Amino acid sequence: MKAPLDVKAIKAEFPILGQEVHGHPLVYLDNAASSQKPRIVLEALVRYYERDHANVHRGIHELSTRATQAYEGARARVARFIGAGAVEEVVFVRGTTEGINLVASAWGPSNLGEGDEILLTVLEHHSNIVPWQLLAQRTGARLKSLDIDDHGRLRLEQLGDLLSERTRLVGVTHVSNALGTVNPVAEIVAAAKRVGATVVVDGAQAAPHLPIDVQALGCDFYAFSGHKMCGPTGIGVLWGRSELLEEMAPYQGGGEMIEIVELERSTYKRAPQKFEAGTPNVADAVGLAVAIDFLEGLGLERIQAHEHDLVSYALERGAQIPGFRDLGPVGDDRAGVLSFELGDIHPHDVAQILDSRGIAVRAGHHCNQPLMQRLGLGATTRASFYLYNDRDDVDALCEGLRAALDFLSGG
Amino acid sequence: MTDLRELYQQVIIDHSRSPRNYRELDHPSHSAEGYNPLCGDQITVYLEVEGGVVKDVSFKGSGCAISKASASLMTAAVKGKTLAEAEELFARFREMVTSEHDAAVNEEALGKLTVLSGVREFPVRVKCATLAWHTLRAALAGEGERVSTE
Repeated sequence: MKAPLDVKAIKAEFPILGQEVHGHPLVYLDNAASSQKPRIVLEALVRYYERDHANVHRGIHELSTRATQAYEGARARVARFIGAGAVEEVVFVRGTTEGINLVASAWGPSNLGEGDEILLTVLEHHSNIVPWQLLAQRTGARLKSLDIDDHGRLRLEQLGDLLSERTRLVGVTHVSNALGTVNPVAEIVAAAKRVGATVVVDGAQAAPHLPIDVQALGCDFYAFSGHKMCGPTGIGVLWGRSELLEEMAPYQGGGEMIEIVELERSTYKRAPQKFEAGTPNVADAVGLAVAIDFLEGLGLERIQAHEHDLVSYALERGAQIPGFRDLGPVGDDRAGVLSFELGDIHPHDVAQILDSRGIAVRAGHHCNQPLMQRLGLGATTRASFYLYNDRDDVDALCEGLRAALDFLSGG
Repeated sequence: MTDLRELYQQVIIDHSRSPRNYRELDHPSHSAEGYNPLCGDQITVYLEVEGGVVKDVSFKGSGCAISKASASLMTAAVKGKTLAEAEELFARFREMVTSEHDAAVNEEALGKLTVLSGVREFPVRVKCATLAWHTLRAALAGEGERVSTE
């Protein structure tokens, strides 16, 4: 058993968390939407711009060399973080959404045709649904969906019926952003591989919170965002198997991705540059690498255990609140996301009352409208934990929920 | 929580928990569905208009306390009004919820609707307060399609 996180010391590393909101110390519980940034990431961004910035892969001069080394160093750092087979398998993108759209645009049209099938799950975020709908409209492919049970777990027993030789692609989220379910991705990949399907994993809620090994998962593409894992906004990663990336058409055309350009035709660089047209987001890639250093320095397993402890504590405390109903699974397959109902009080009103006490949560459909329809709900209130949250934050949340009940029950 | 009491006045909590005119009309001359994609609020407004006068008006749907109370107060306010009067009331209401926090509120013209003036301190809730009104206008304009706040 590893030592628990020293949360007070960690929290002190995040300048934004030291403030008061509406006269109360900020309790930030909207981490599934975006995380805050530690001082070392902010300092890395400033240092890069103050000392090293120039365009990459172009100049002979010193600064361009430094910027190129910093950018490619960040790529290597990401590759180690996720257990990639080769550095060239790491493509920098704006975030998870762009990573998935890249696969849909560059891999999709040449691999899908009329009557082929794309299998998604009802837990998917809109960013792992809409790109496939667009692709289906372009290619004539059909969309199918894997359902959940009443505890928010995927119904794997349906996989046998849903997968067939027509299934070309399976899209699944590693961790549900709405319910916190940790999906058995390796098992789903194994089933998909038996019918020869390619698997895209949405890792936006997993990469920040638990150890990732893309080769152990067995998937073909894995996408995640820097801003949810203590890194800057505007940078994310698409990991893809080399053989697939090499076969794929370019994503966008422009500088950086070409070898020789003639007026009528061009030849392209190999992956990952083939998918990185234009001047890349060097500074934020550097910031992401520092965020990864920060997270791995603390240990992803410890972070995962800490968040699991927090969500378990929250469930225990929440059960004592009248009308509190958690919507996620209870067990080891639960990440630090707490989506719930509070009697008949609308989530917007709950979030408003919590905000007045300095507590930030999300209220709404969490970009999961199909899931909300499946659950028969318009919206939920969601608290999501990260490494800098502690039991005091859970206590503040629960006190806030009791206050909301008093305040809105006609009191 | 003084600001919050401004937003959630007792009248609002009362209307949200026991909304007035919360039913379908048997033979509406107009109806429309409104939707706020931000929070999933959904409302249907029904009207019976005769000779340019709102004879009856009602709503059904789900939403936060602000959107429900606003819909309830709206139905009470426009019943018996001419279409021109209802339209003027909407304009005044929208002006109130989007005005600066120290701007004067025309209590005489707005009547009970003034309890929603606290919404102007909370810009993200303006759409909650105006959803019912936008839906009412869509119904009167005969826009069969669903209206959205976004």
